[in-house]
Amino acid sequence: MSVLIFLDQSEGQIKKSSLEAASYGAKVAQQLGTSAQAIVLGNITDDLATIGNYGIGKVHTINNDALNNMDAQVYAKLIAEVATSIGAKVIIFSNNFNGKAIAPRLSVRLKAGLVSGAVALPDTTNGFTVKKNVFSGKAFANVTINTDIKIIALNPNSFSITTTDAKAEVLPFATTADASKVQVISTDKVVGEIPLSEAEIVVSGGRGLKGPENWAMVTDLAKLLGAATACSRPVADSDWRPHHEHVGQTGLAIAPNLYFAIGISGAIQHLAGVNRSKVIVVINKDPEAPFFKAADYGIVGDAFEVMPKIIDAVKKLKGV
Amino acid sequence: MKILVCISKTPDTTAKIAFADNNTKFAADGVQWIINPYDEWYALVRAIELKEADPSTVIHLVTVGGADCDPIIRKALALGGDEAIRVNADSHDSFYIALQIADIAKKGSYDLVFTGKETIDYNGSSVGGMVAELLEMPYVSLATKFTLIGSEAEIVREIEGGEETDKVALPLVVSCQKGMAEQRIPNMKGIMGARSKPLNVVEPVAADTLTSIASFDLPPAKASVKLVSPDTPEELVRLLHEEAKVI
Repeated sequence: MSVLIFLDQSEGQIKKSSLEAASYGAKVAQQLGTSAQAIVLGNITDDLATIGNYGIGKVHTINNDALNNMDAQVYAKLIAEVATSIGAKVIIFSNNFNGKAIAPRLSVRLKAGLVSGAVALPDTTNGFTVKKNVFSGKAFANVTINTDIKIIALNPNSFSITTTDAKAEVLPFATTADASKVQVISTDKVVGEIPLSEAEIVVSGGRGLKGPENWAMVTDLAKLLGAATACSRPVADSDWRPHHEHVGQTGLAIAPNLYFAIGISGAIQHLAGVNRSKVIVVINKDPEAPFFKAADYGIVGDAFEVMPKIIDAVKKLKGV
Repeated sequence: MKILVCISKTPDTTAKIAFADNNTKFAADGVQWIINPYDEWYALVRAIELKEADPSTVIHLVTVGGADCDPIIRKALALGGDEAIRVNADSHDSFYIALQIADIAKKGSYDLVFTGKETIDYNGSSVGGMVAELLEMPYVSLATKFTLIGSEAEIVREIEGGEETDKVALPLVVSCQKGMAEQRIPNMKGIMGARSKPLNVVEPVAADTLTSIASFDLPPAKASVKLVSPDTPEELVRLLHEEAKVI
């Protein structure tokens, strides 16, 4: 018996959301009195022994160029093979874009119950029950997994990473991967910017900013804080900002440590995408803006007057 | 070309979320039901666009649910589905639902199966991937663009911090999100026509339930917002640094 964590990589590096999954998986293993092991597919440039820092004893690798691109069909089969060979009873994914594609396939392959969007460690006192987000962050469901093998997909930014200086044993796993039926023609990544889904701080603007020419207050603050930028749906729909910045019910759902909303009223559809943020700051001149009800800190005031002063204060704080 | 679009009934995005029966059931009283927005706006409308480009295309809708799903199925037919299949079963287990859909998909030999990226109630994001595995088909998830080129599809999917363009031969399963298509409103001709389109109710095939919902919780009530005067915005920065410790 063991706990197996899938470590998702991008261009040879393990994603932060997977390190959260590793820390989480190590805790689950501790809870069950067993060992935590990990699997990585494709070519990795990171030193995988350092995965031991996150509580992982062994890292199984299948180092194959063909696996640098994620194809859920090929990946699920390989993960199932490793899981079976080490007798994994719990398999952990990050509920990130790739996790959402692979975990359901693995669930069918191993006939293992899946809880996606988990936000806490399983309750194993009476069965195996995992708390997950439902109704777009407006509630939680406690879901019991009734199968022998269990799969959990952990929501990004919902479990803190803890580290030690332990090292993991890196073990190549001998097998052959199927040829992928999905041919990747191109990838297009925003370079030099923090991916919104992985950002710890997000600065976001809404219609209250009146036009794309006023976005410097969002981008300047984001730069100072090492934050990603986001926007509300009307802003993306008016092409003031690119669509991938849209957070909300129909855009991206995020859970940063700090969500800083400028000139966004906070319609229920917007809140559905950001209500898992740990701290929410709202700057809006309308004291009746619904967003203030969901906020931790706020200023009722004109962003055009308030924001330059905030940016100055942050500069002072950061010593720039 | 035969397309199967999976649709699900969800509470309206503005519905009040509350629970009944000792927090074991969603309190459905007075709730307005809609087609899950991802299924409707992106999966179904993109399928309709493909049919408009090639009128020989056939669009079938499938949902797993009780008779209370019929109004949303009629609306989907009014938008442009040709016929609908309702598997008469009620379950919140993704595997059970996926097995029902996969059974329908096998019998209908579809070239494409479209789902929304997730439902806005249970946020599982799982049924599409499970259906693909059950059908042993490729699966492209979180697609933002879908173009048909002969018997192949060119699909753009979201990845961290960007997008990836894939080429895949049909048949396949695709989960759809924003970018695929634009929301439409059914017109009167569609609404009238939907009444005579077939809505076939079938009984479920035997399937296991791998998970069950033990209970629901609501998040603890949020403390009220701490307001900072607009005359001293630097105070906000101090609070975020010293009190909240997030910057």
